Amino acid sequence: MKYLILKHYRGGPAPVVDCGTMDTWTPEEVDAHVQFMRDFAARLEETGEYVEGQGLSPEGAFVRYDGEGRPPVTDGPFAETKDLIAGWMVIDVDSWDRAVQLAGELSAAPGPGGKPIHEWLEVRPFLTEPPTVTE
Amino acid sequence: MNESLLRELVPAVIGVLVRRGADFASAEDAVQEALIRALDTWPADPPRDPKAWLVAAAWRRFLDAARAEASRRGRELAVQAEPPPGPPPATDDTLRLYFLCAHPTLPHSSAVALTLRAVGGLTTRQIAAAHLVPEATMAQRISRAKRRIAGLPLDQPGDLGTVLRVLYLVFNEGYGGDVDLAAEAIRLTRQLAALTGEPEAAGLLALMLLHHARRASRTGPGGRLVPLAEQDRSRWDTRLIAEGVAILQAALARDRLGEYQAQAAIAALHADARSAAETDWVQIVEWYDELLRLTGSPVVRLNRAVAVGEADGPRAGLAALDGVDPGLPRYAAVTAYLHERAGDLPLAAELYAEAARAATSVAERDHLTRQAARVRQLLAP
Repeated sequence: MKYLILKHYRGGPAPVVDCGTMDTWTPEEVDAHVQFMRDFAARLEETGEYVEGQGLSPEGAFVRYDGEGRPPVTDGPFAETKDLIAGWMVIDVDSWDRAVQLAGELSAAPGPGGKPIHEWLEVRPFLTEPPTVTE
Repeated sequence: MNESLLRELVPAVIGVLVRRGADFASAEDAVQEALIRALDTWPADPPRDPKAWLVAAAWRRFLDAARAEASRRGRELAVQAEPPPGPPPATDDTLRLYFLCAHPTLPHSSAVALTLRAVGGLTTRQIAAAHLVPEATMAQRISRAKRRIAGLPLDQPGDLGTVLRVLYLVFNEGYGGDVDLAAEAIRLTRQLAALTGEPEAAGLLALMLLHHARRASRTGPGGRLVPLAEQDRSRWDTRLIAEGVAILQAALARDRLGEYQAQAAIAALHADARSAAETDWVQIVEWYDELLRLTGSPVVRLNRAVAVGEADGPRAGLAALDGVDPGLPRYAAVTAYLHERAGDLPLAAELYAEAARAATSVAERDHLTRQAARVRQLLAP
């Protein structure tokens, strides 16, 4: 079963630890955090559970159709108050419990003082193909 | 089996099929299929004459496809099993393929894909993996590109500028999947420079070699970006640098300066410096002036400001930013650097953080975040 682990720049439940933005950490803390993320993905490749991951720029806009012959309407840049996705990792694991376990480990990425940042991550199951055997 | 030797044969084999009367699109398809079979069977059963094997296999594929097409249409098609002699082999088949695959009417992404397949001899699967797209998507991109250039004559001089731009793009894509696109771009540019004898093709080759020489020193532990000034210069590949410099000097001596030669000259001046402190920034600024005159590019203007900052001090660098579009990628990173050198650390930290938010790659973002963190630490009580 595939799950999407979504990382947010902002939005979601209130943070439990205030780590500040990464540019307020020390360079060593930044390095440790980046290394943890790499190691995590590498470990899931080892176990055969990693599918893919991507980071997203905070830039961008909402876009919608505005009628025949008119250019699309854009709404952006994103307002400071809005939820903003930072990136994702897709994993292919045996159960919801395993997905939750892995997201929990990822959320323990180190921040200031090398302490876990306790970041909220969103975990969402993929909708699958209908089964061949139905009865 | 040497896969790169096999790949080198591809453009010539396409040329043979085209001279026998096949259209470019079908010939290219047939050679691709023959190539995939060769990759499959040669390791166990290598042919004595690889090129003859490929020509025979591709021609058979082409005939099969043409017959199938003919019977699908329900009409007779006189397909000769024995090829007509055709015009004498042209030595510049490969050059024509470069021009066709990077035809100015093609979008860049298609020209890149088609060049890698027809001139580079890569399989669709390899090209797709290198660009992180599904194989079916890449196959579609390539066949749309071929439909677009269908009917264009193969025997007309093309636009060297677009070919060089396409190869430059391939080089900048670096590597993904099991193919080293930077090395592939160098191979294709080397071949092009030999075929055309154009100073700009040589300039691009020199530029690639000089940048490739620094590759090992550009990333640190964990894939961290290492800026030029902090690179361990003992890890630069001196053989590649010597080759790049020699090629550049020969090109410059022909007195037909172009943007790639000017860029290569800047890279050569960096390569020349035994330490960052010994860099000849005054000469680098002069080359940026040439480059700006040649291209008028806003990106060149931005990079020039960095060089001016090194040659004449950060205030001069900031002044050189006057009139440069702040919307450019890396604008914030450049201003952050110049303000840091000018001693305005709080502003530099802010700008590095802003630059990190505007970064276009994860490695660059992490690097700029780290720069912001470093400057903030200098500010901490």
